[in-house]
Amino acid sequence: MHTKSWIVAWLAAGIASAVLIGCATTPTDVEVSRQAAAVLKDSFKANGQAGMDRLDQDETQRLCTQYANKALPKDVAEMIEKLNLASIKWPADGKWLGDWKNGERVAQEGRGKQFSDDPKGPVGGNCYACHQLSPQEVSFGTIGPSLLAFGKVRGYNDEMRKYAYGKIWNADAYNACSNMPRFGHSQILTEQQVKDLVALLMDPDSPVNK
Amino acid sequence: MADPMRIRANLVGDVTDVKVLMSHQMETGQRKDAQGKVIPAWFIQNVAVTHSGKTVLSAQWGTAISQNPFLAFRFKGAGKGDKVQVTWTDNRGDKRTDEATVA
Amino acid sequence: MKSLTRLHVVCALGAVAVVTAAAAWAQTSAVDEIAKYRAALKDGNPAELWEVRGQGMWAQPRGPKQVSFEKCDLGLGPGVVKGAYAQMPRYFADADRVLDLESRLLWCMVAQQGYTDADARKSPFGAGNERKSDMEALVAYVTSESRGIKMNVALNHPKEQEAYRLGGKMFAFRGGTHDFSCLTCHGDDGKRIRLQDLPNLTTVAGAQLAYTTWPAYRVSQGELRSFQWRLFDCFRQQRFPELLYGSDASIALTMYLARNANGAAFDAPAIKR
Repeated sequence: MHTKSWIVAWLAAGIASAVLIGCATTPTDVEVSRQAAAVLKDSFKANGQAGMDRLDQDETQRLCTQYANKALPKDVAEMIEKLNLASIKWPADGKWLGDWKNGERVAQEGRGKQFSDDPKGPVGGNCYACHQLSPQEVSFGTIGPSLLAFGKVRGYNDEMRKYAYGKIWNADAYNACSNMPRFGHSQILTEQQVKDLVALLMDPDSPVNK
Repeated sequence: MADPMRIRANLVGDVTDVKVLMSHQMETGQRKDAQGKVIPAWFIQNVAVTHSGKTVLSAQWGTAISQNPFLAFRFKGAGKGDKVQVTWTDNRGDKRTDEATVA
Repeated sequence: MKSLTRLHVVCALGAVAVVTAAAAWAQTSAVDEIAKYRAALKDGNPAELWEVRGQGMWAQPRGPKQVSFEKCDLGLGPGVVKGAYAQMPRYFADADRVLDLESRLLWCMVAQQGYTDADARKSPFGAGNERKSDMEALVAYVTSESRGIKMNVALNHPKEQEAYRLGGKMFAFRGGTHDFSCLTCHGDDGKRIRLQDLPNLTTVAGAQLAYTTWPAYRVSQGELRSFQWRLFDCFRQQRFPELLYGSDASIALTMYLARNANGAAFDAPAIKR
């Protein structure tokens, strides 16, 4: 009986000291994040159009990094979506649809914003890297959902056109910490290019809807 | 100077299986550099393989052959320990000879 | 009326299914063809040309001090190459730092061979006719001597543990114009970018498959590419600034991936599209 309780006591002490050591040597998640950000700053150099400011995270990037490996709490997700929705610049002329032919070009174009790209050269959305769009293009990625028959399935109405515009402009406004870049918000694409992409998705004549 | 070739020669039955990797740019003369200037053609033109002083393979190559070409072929008549010698000559007159022992 | 509408919906769905099936077939066959292409190339992998060149360099006296890499300790003793890469990155007491293969070679070039740091890192990546990289050849040779050996990266030293922790965090770091992190492309199973399959590097199987097949001869570039190059070029496409060669971030990320690949047999230099 005695021996047994001794063992229990020793075990408890062992666990307690293990926890203590753990506390002393393992930094918290926040500390590791801070250290990682600092080490990253020392590990890159500006090259052409890609300056060191690209490592400065905005609130959305910071929160999405923080919650990358765990479930995003509902209130944080709502906060991110609200923040990003409020920043969307809607078209001044109230028109949603541009030219789908140009939209197809924007969707195919993978260049832009890399330090290896000509700053005066073309900048595209590279949509096919992640999405299926026009059925003729079989070389598409699967990181995002298929957008085949996007307008045809969802209906050719203003609500959908507005959604498509907003989603391309700032994906985090509808889905916090989306994998999709915020094309308008981050000044990757122009308003006209976003409209052209909306046309690719929403014009009944677009191959996406054929 | 050109980098050495990588040659393997293995006897399987009475047939020697030869595999050669050559280090060469094999520029087609069709490409342009960043300034838009044509990059001059530069490619291996002749390949000769000999065994005991006898030619076992002779080839004329052009610009359709890939960069860092790989050549595989078989011939009869060699024994273990024999030398197989490979020589290439390119259109600039550069030349490289390497040899391998049949294993 | 009601049943008619329903019939229409069914027909529309059927049509979409047929189109998707056709696209899926076109893709599966394209992916299969790429796999066949890789298999066909495997026999005559030009990476061997880099291995031979690197092997020749290894024993040569180099630098102002004319010292060969046979004095360079990759963790298993001076000049021991066999199996060394399968246990890297690791902590090196003489440098008091965790180093991957390439930063270790830089260290040996500076500390033992007498190069200046700038000279040592002059040509990390080859560029066809214009520039051949000694470093890529050395990497090809050293890594080839771990072929078939199981990855066995330790987390014994506190700095090794720190590097692994930081690497994991960096893997999730979102930044740049496009909000990309490593996870964007490498955090899920069964994804593709265009037609290129993407390994899920957060799983053991994904990390093993990817890490054990670098370095690789890239047919599209006619160059042998090291793991430092792999990271450098990922960040370029992430729209980040330029990753510094042998930087702490590059080593931490390598540590994270190499450690996650533990247990799998190393199988490189490989050949890739």
